[in-house]
Amino acid sequence: MKCDVCDENTATVFLTQIVKGDMQKINLCEHCAKEKGVTDPTGFALADMLLGFGHGERVETHPQEKTCRACGMTQTTFRKTGRLGCARCYSVFGEGMDGLLKAMHTKVCHTGKVPAHAGQLKAEEDLLARLRSELDAAVGEEHFEEAARLKIEINSLEKKLRSRVSV
Amino acid sequence: MMKFTTLLRRRPEWMEHDGPCRDIVLTSRIRLARNLDGPPFPGWAKKENRVEIMEQLRPRVESLSVMKDCFSEDLANLDAIKKQVLVEKHLISREQAAKSGGCAAVINRDQSYSIMINEEDHLRMQSIRSGLDLTAAHAGLDRLDTELEDQVPFAWDRRFGYLTACPTNLGTGMRASAMLHLPALVLCDQVTSIINAANKIGLAVRGLYGEGTEALSNLFQVSNQRTLGDSEAEILARLEKVIRQIITHERNARRKLLEDNPQKVCDNIGRAYAALRFAHIMESKEALTHLSMLRLGTDVGVFPAAETKLIDTLLLEIQPAHLQIASQRKLTAEERDILRAETLRRRLTHLPEPDMRACQESDGPAGGPDVVI
Ligand SMILES: [Zn+2]
Ligand SMILES: [Zn+2]
Repeated sequence: MKCDVCDENTATVFLTQIVKGDMQKINLCEHCAKEKGVTDPTGFALADMLLGFGHGERVETHPQEKTCRACGMTQTTFRKTGRLGCARCYSVFGEGMDGLLKAMHTKVCHTGKVPAHAGQLKAEEDLLARLRSELDAAVGEEHFEEAARLKIEINSLEKKLRSRVSV
Repeated sequence: MMKFTTLLRRRPEWMEHDGPCRDIVLTSRIRLARNLDGPPFPGWAKKENRVEIMEQLRPRVESLSVMKDCFSEDLANLDAIKKQVLVEKHLISREQAAKSGGCAAVINRDQSYSIMINEEDHLRMQSIRSGLDLTAAHAGLDRLDTELEDQVPFAWDRRFGYLTACPTNLGTGMRASAMLHLPALVLCDQVTSIINAANKIGLAVRGLYGEGTEALSNLFQVSNQRTLGDSEAEILARLEKVIRQIITHERNARRKLLEDNPQKVCDNIGRAYAALRFAHIMESKEALTHLSMLRLGTDVGVFPAAETKLIDTLLLEIQPAHLQIASQRKLTAEERDILRAETLRRRLTHLPEPDMRACQESDGPAGGPDVVI
């Protein structure tokens, strides 16, 4: 078995750790084990090592949790590492990220560069469709404050789109 | 293609050129994070995936117009010292240097653009310029980004903007930073309150080599933390405004220091000069502290202004990997300290003794320069 970190040497150190009821396994060669300071396996977080490498074999304990079908990233691993697995992950985990993003950023909606391939108009239409479905969901779940906020956003976007089409 | 030795020999453009506010701002840097739509991000990808992505991206990056005759290397082909040299030159990140397999660095001839393939994101593109020149640094990198985007559509979403491995980089994917030399604010104990104020408005202040590094040599990197919500122009404008305020504070602190306590300034500069010219063993930290005082000395007129470039060069030359590559072998810490002192003595032989009149002119009664013995 090869080392999970360098992917070159043969693994001689095998670690298992339980983090929040979730079992993680990692295999290291002697060199990498030393480099990562793995002399006392309780003294470091396996998640930190997995972060940036991703071959740590995870034993599933939540069989029904959200998983990205494109790359196999799970909600638990995302929560633990704070990193997404691929661009598609955002359509799987993105909806639940508002709180996280609000804490990190100015607003939760991009206003910067729009790549030529995306095309401004199409992009805004996509957003509109998305906001509308979020509005439906918010109303359905009786999140009225959220719904009111979405309505305002939808109205202003519709107005913007109409003005652009008529030009 | 440029060889590593050529890259090493050539002085970066930002060092040659005098950008705006060069006395206080060494460099302005912009970094953009970009990813392909589909394949897993480097940190989640298997090594084979990473190699595949690297092979797909590298020729496209190399063929960019600014990358004519560039340096381009698979990091697996560079030994630890060479990678560390690139880190010390701010051309690749420490994270990138630590990775193995499927990572590459492409750096243009004058070292103003560097592109890391498979760092935390598929692409981390950087531009670096002399002085406070964020807008120009961004404009150049934005053109490069658009040129590349023509061939490789990047992962982008109307709401989240450019999609990145870590949600902290979403949106613009842009990290803008400036490297500031703030010796007077440090000497006056004002720098902590300035860092706190900057943090409060969403800016990060870090040491010479980024996150978690010490503010050696009184050098501080100020950068935006938030990447999603504001446009690139808004982020840059806010950052630049704050940097200009910090520059003003530093200038005022220098003036006040020279008025209130010229002896302290002269003493610091004099000791730094003596140690750098005559010491035989010098640790990196000590050297950086003294070089900071020398740089302050050139700013206040104690040394010829033209020496700033040499001092900025020395900030790099005395770093561990630079010393080792110059001597073409691995050195112990003790050997490095000896070689560091030797390098400094040799490179500064021509530097005239500090002319302290510049520090004392504003001080005292009508006397003028000739009062100083
Ligand atoms: Zn290993
Ligand atoms: Zn995914």
